[in-house]
Amino acid sequence: METRHRELDPSLFESATIDAYEGERIAGPPVGFWRDAWIRLKKNRGALISLAVLILVFATAFVIGPLISSQSPYTQDLSQRYLGPTSEYWFGTDKFGRDMWTRVWAGTRVSLYIGLLAALMDIFVGVVYGAVSGFLGGRVDDVLQRGIEILNGIPYLVVAILAMVVLDPGILTITIAIGLTGWTFMARIVRGRMLQLKNQEFALASRSLGASGFRLVWKHLIPNSLGLIVINLMFTIPGAIFAEAFLSFIGLGIQVPEASLGSLISDGAAELRFHPYLLWLPALVFCLLMICFNLLGDGLRDALDPKMRK
Amino acid sequence: MEMNGDNILEARDLLVSFSTYAGEVQAVRGVTFDLRRGETLAIVGESGSGKSVTAKSIMRLNPEANTIVGGGEILFDGRDLLKLSEKQMQRVRGPQIAMVFQDPMTSLDPTMKVGNQIAESLRKHLGMSRSRARERSVELLKLVGIPNAEERVKQYPHQFSGGMRQRVVIAIALACEPQILIADEPTTALDVTIQAQILDLLRELQEKIGTSVILITHDLGVVASVADRIAVMYAGKIVEIGTVRETFYDPQMPYTWGLLASIPLPTADRSQDLIPIPGSPPDMSDPPKGCPFTARCPYAMQVCPTEFPEYTVFSAEHKAACWLHHPMAPNVEPPVRIRGTR
Amino acid sequence: MIRYVARRLVYMVAALFIIVSVTFFISKALPGTPFANPKLSPQVREQLFEKYGLDEPLYVQYVKYIANVAQGDLGNSYYFEGRSVSELILQRLPVSAFIGVQAVIFGLVIGMVLGIVAALWHNTVWDTLAVVVAILGVSVPSFVLGPLLQYWLGLKLGWFPIAFFESWIYSVLPSLALSVFVVSTVARFIRTEMLEVMGQDYITLAKAKGLSGLAVIIKHVLRNAMIPLVTVMAPLTIYIITGSLVIEQIFAVPGIGEQFVQSVLVNDYSMILGTTIFFSVLFIVALLIQDIMYGIIDPRIRVSGAKE
Repeated sequence: METRHRELDPSLFESATIDAYEGERIAGPPVGFWRDAWIRLKKNRGALISLAVLILVFATAFVIGPLISSQSPYTQDLSQRYLGPTSEYWFGTDKFGRDMWTRVWAGTRVSLYIGLLAALMDIFVGVVYGAVSGFLGGRVDDVLQRGIEILNGIPYLVVAILAMVVLDPGILTITIAIGLTGWTFMARIVRGRMLQLKNQEFALASRSLGASGFRLVWKHLIPNSLGLIVINLMFTIPGAIFAEAFLSFIGLGIQVPEASLGSLISDGAAELRFHPYLLWLPALVFCLLMICFNLLGDGLRDALDPKMRK
Repeated sequence: MEMNGDNILEARDLLVSFSTYAGEVQAVRGVTFDLRRGETLAIVGESGSGKSVTAKSIMRLNPEANTIVGGGEILFDGRDLLKLSEKQMQRVRGPQIAMVFQDPMTSLDPTMKVGNQIAESLRKHLGMSRSRARERSVELLKLVGIPNAEERVKQYPHQFSGGMRQRVVIAIALACEPQILIADEPTTALDVTIQAQILDLLRELQEKIGTSVILITHDLGVVASVADRIAVMYAGKIVEIGTVRETFYDPQMPYTWGLLASIPLPTADRSQDLIPIPGSPPDMSDPPKGCPFTARCPYAMQVCPTEFPEYTVFSAEHKAACWLHHPMAPNVEPPVRIRGTR
Repeated sequence: MIRYVARRLVYMVAALFIIVSVTFFISKALPGTPFANPKLSPQVREQLFEKYGLDEPLYVQYVKYIANVAQGDLGNSYYFEGRSVSELILQRLPVSAFIGVQAVIFGLVIGMVLGIVAALWHNTVWDTLAVVVAILGVSVPSFVLGPLLQYWLGLKLGWFPIAFFESWIYSVLPSLALSVFVVSTVARFIRTEMLEVMGQDYITLAKAKGLSGLAVIIKHVLRNAMIPLVTVMAPLTIYIITGSLVIEQIFAVPGIGEQFVQSVLVNDYSMILGTTIFFSVLFIVALLIQDIMYGIIDPRIRVSGAKE
């Protein structure tokens, strides 16, 4: 066998200087972790819509809702009881003649406060506990982990109920009651991440360059765990909102005249037969919040940590 | 379909790509090779060169959801495997063509006893009874050199070491005495001492059973000791193919030179440094039009990026795709280190 | 395996001990016990204190309390005079258990079917449907779903009674309301597990053996995907317990949950604390059974005592 070669222009066979690293030159500006995550999140329509809806709910609850209505959520007017939605009372009135539109948004505000406070607790207790446990390792880790295992043996809503039996109900006490054992999941996740990260090369490199333990945690380990923490918060917040609503439903949550979405739903459910609108409106806002947080959480998880899809 | 009588398998112009979020990745771009009866053919290349995809295409085991077989045929036993129905293909997998995978730690089902995992294919393809399949599993474990096989069949994968697990995987592959065994980097995940044992085992079993073997690897050291012929893959194409002697002692393509120059040889003079290949393989979602190695090739010419070179035939077995062999190209000698081994 | 079970038992006892201790100290710290009633004369109060052992030093009371609880004695209800908390709980247990178990069975079956279908037909309409159901199920809480079912299936369509508990038909709506969360949890879990397992090397190897698609799914995929399902057992138990508090309230079901909420409303502290302990025991036992079952099903734990 012999290969037959075509006739070609001799100039083609002149040497070409080609830079082997040409292909490795970075074509555009570097895409950072968060930017990259945002690009991925943008492809997830459900998450994006959820984000938009959440922003809208926040804006309505805190600014727009109260601003465009002249009614007050607490003023009782017994002559205006059980009015269905009208031009004056957009969501109708309740059994004391209070305006439901402003009440629903006041309740949303309370629910959101509680969700955000619980998130803060998760960060201050859960992240710190997990970081300490994972970073120090050894005996400290052992003891802290046994503690978590015991706490996990106690149902958290039961703890919240017990706490609320003792504490005076208020936004802060409710959040504390909910957060009392709620942080353990965050602690576990952060610990796992720390254990995994601290033995990776970049952490070892930083150590071998003489970085202090604190610096290592603060500059390397925490930033590298942020994605995970953010994802987790997206599930803590609706969890806390749910827990508060649950407590309100069994009479241990926010007390009148204050309202939360949970207490509004509870009141509404009691009058379902004749005045169903009292239930539907707060329930709608509540479910919307839950769905959006869940979808956004799922989206963020896929965007920030594609390997952790469970 | 026509096949050369010496060949047990012929791949012709195989084209395989994957649809991903980043676009279509062209993993295999027109691969052609034969597998002779009883031989060991090594397919060598860097990760991402398409060698594993080629192997899995023969078994049709690439993920169904996003694999696109763009063309070509894989002839086996007078039939084109790519055209078989899934049912027909199931009768090929196991008794005709079997496969050993790279990572023995993950290729066994953790919840099933090792014996049952072997027995599964015996019962399915050879119609053995439960008790007969069990006896045969014990024999197979003995065959692949697992001591205390009677006890071991009742154990779960996590009770085996990596090397032992790979022996189990080989026992599963050989259970129905297939005509072709595809070993996809069978030793990569193992310790060096275990690697040698597994390779010896493969060679020994090949002699005993007379199977043809396709050995996928990136390790030229492995190839030298077990293969009859070598196909070098780069960026989804075979760039050089020949007998082990020819490819090792008379390589004809700068990429093969690079590969050979980058293996440390204990006999080599210390003054001859290892020569790494600069750069990295091209992005396969947008592969270069011409020779894919151009960007990393120290001998690149103007023609190289414009068109993929035709194969130049050096002997009955040996051919390579490189513009340097065009009569109009300047005469280029391989680097000193390669010449030194001739 | 024995060491593994022993370890779980120790945690279980520790968790129980903490709960019982906490409830004891809460009961001491509570503001309004029935005996704080100012109308009671000091003599009567003293008699009552003596009767309930409240005049003894705190640590003696504590030890006695722990000993009582260990024997299943949760004290007497403050509200239903003369009736023990344990008796009140046990009396209400069957109804709650029936509704809860029915919800779990229904949820498991439907959830598994949904999850398996979604994983096998990944990225199709079925998959999308299952994902939507799963998201709705975890987002719409039972206290919204309950009234919704009551209004729609009960009031508007009149298919099911909406309150009380007289025969099986009365249990349909409460169980349904409880089960939606179970359905979505299980469906979501099975779906992700199966997708994960289907990408594993050992599944490719099973296919490389020439097994049929169905055999691969039944013998390898499902088997591996179902094992971790055991881990949802304890979370589902606690969900059913807490869910029953609101569901029984909504549907006026005479179960433990409804009784608990009533005792919260009337400040029947001994009942609240006793029921809390009961719930905790249920959860902890579920957790223990879950861990032991996991150990039995997963050979990695059963044989070696530890997961690699």
